[in-house]
Amino acid sequence: MFAWMVWTTPVAVFFCCIALMLIGMTVWEIKSPTLLRKGFLPIATTRGDRLFIGLLTAAYLNLGFIGLAGKLAEWLSLEQEPSIWISFVISMAVLVLILRRG
Amino acid sequence: MKPINQKAWWLVLPVFICVAFSAVLPLMTVVNYSVQDIISPDRRVFVGTEWFAAVMRDEELHSALWRQLTFSLAVLAVEIPLGIALALSMPARGWQASAALVLVALSLLIPWNVVGTIWQIYGRADIGLLGAALAWLGVDYSYTGDATDAWITVLVMDVWHWTPLVALLCYAGLRSIPDAYYQAARIDGASRFAVFRYIQLPKMRGVLMIAVLLRFMDSFMIYTEPFVLTGGGPGNATTFLSQYLTQKAVGQFDLGPAAAFSLIYFLIILLLCFILYNWMQRVGTADPEGASHE
Repeated sequence: MFAWMVWTTPVAVFFCCIALMLIGMTVWEIKSPTLLRKGFLPIATTRGDRLFIGLLTAAYLNLGFIGLAGKLAEWLSLEQEPSIWISFVISMAVLVLILRRG
Repeated sequence: MKPINQKAWWLVLPVFICVAFSAVLPLMTVVNYSVQDIISPDRRVFVGTEWFAAVMRDEELHSALWRQLTFSLAVLAVEIPLGIALALSMPARGWQASAALVLVALSLLIPWNVVGTIWQIYGRADIGLLGAALAWLGVDYSYTGDATDAWITVLVMDVWHWTPLVALLCYAGLRSIPDAYYQAARIDGASRFAVFRYIQLPKMRGVLMIAVLLRFMDSFMIYTEPFVLTGGGPGNATTFLSQYLTQKAVGQFDLGPAAAFSLIYFLIILLLCFILYNWMQRVGTADPEGASHE
């Protein structure tokens, strides 16, 4: 039935994480409703806003890293391009930072 | 504590199913396409972030993106001042106001592909009014042969099509200013320019911001008009982002890179929509900075 979607494991894992995040946020919201507050971001945000902004930032960070990986290897005279896992870890750290302090 | 009835959530279910079928499942498929090299339905290879890297380092894409940004900024630079000027010169009340509104809104009612066709004929030297007039004046103009001419024609076409939107938004903003402001300005002996600078412009801030973001996003996604008018040419002088993407996906059948590129495009639009949404939320609220400081 879903063969046309040509699923791969990493993409399935990715979407499962997104779904779990949404479920988790819903449960959290019911247990303790979020408050609009102002952190280092220029606008007042709720928890959901911060998750969205954090995920979007993470996506842009990873894309930027992929785009610059060739140049980075050149500048730092590495033998091969730096692993995408580096930017993944950085972007997740940024996500947590935005969620907590944004 | 007041008990909350959560049954209403079931009412969202039909919308949820529709959105899943029309947006979420296709989007998931695009993500799957973007990480694989699909040779045939049975033969596919996982390539990781390779397509993203290829797209991010694609020189042609970079030039299409720059072309797109230049175009969108040019659209704003022309349409916003022109729209304000148009709104300021429109009559404020009476039948003239209604007539002006209808006349100004006319071009907004024309479908995109028809706009492209109108300008395609309009610009031709043999049968088009503009082309023939320019030829008569001795101007060497050809939107199919000269890159600059093609670019300017696409820009003028967009200005013709969409400046009325900016004008209508500004007009609505202007009409919402109470007469007391103008009376106060008259008492102070304010000049016409001072009235514009210190009353009309600040009062139009909200609608102007919406106009700027709407026009930026729409022009950023422009496809049909340049496609009909110039087909992206001459060369690729008017090949904007959407058209480049379509060329890749439909023309060359490079589904992997096209999928990766669609996702990047999606992220750009998502960011712009987020900014637009936040602006629209803030417009008209008492706290223009939108911040309820702790």
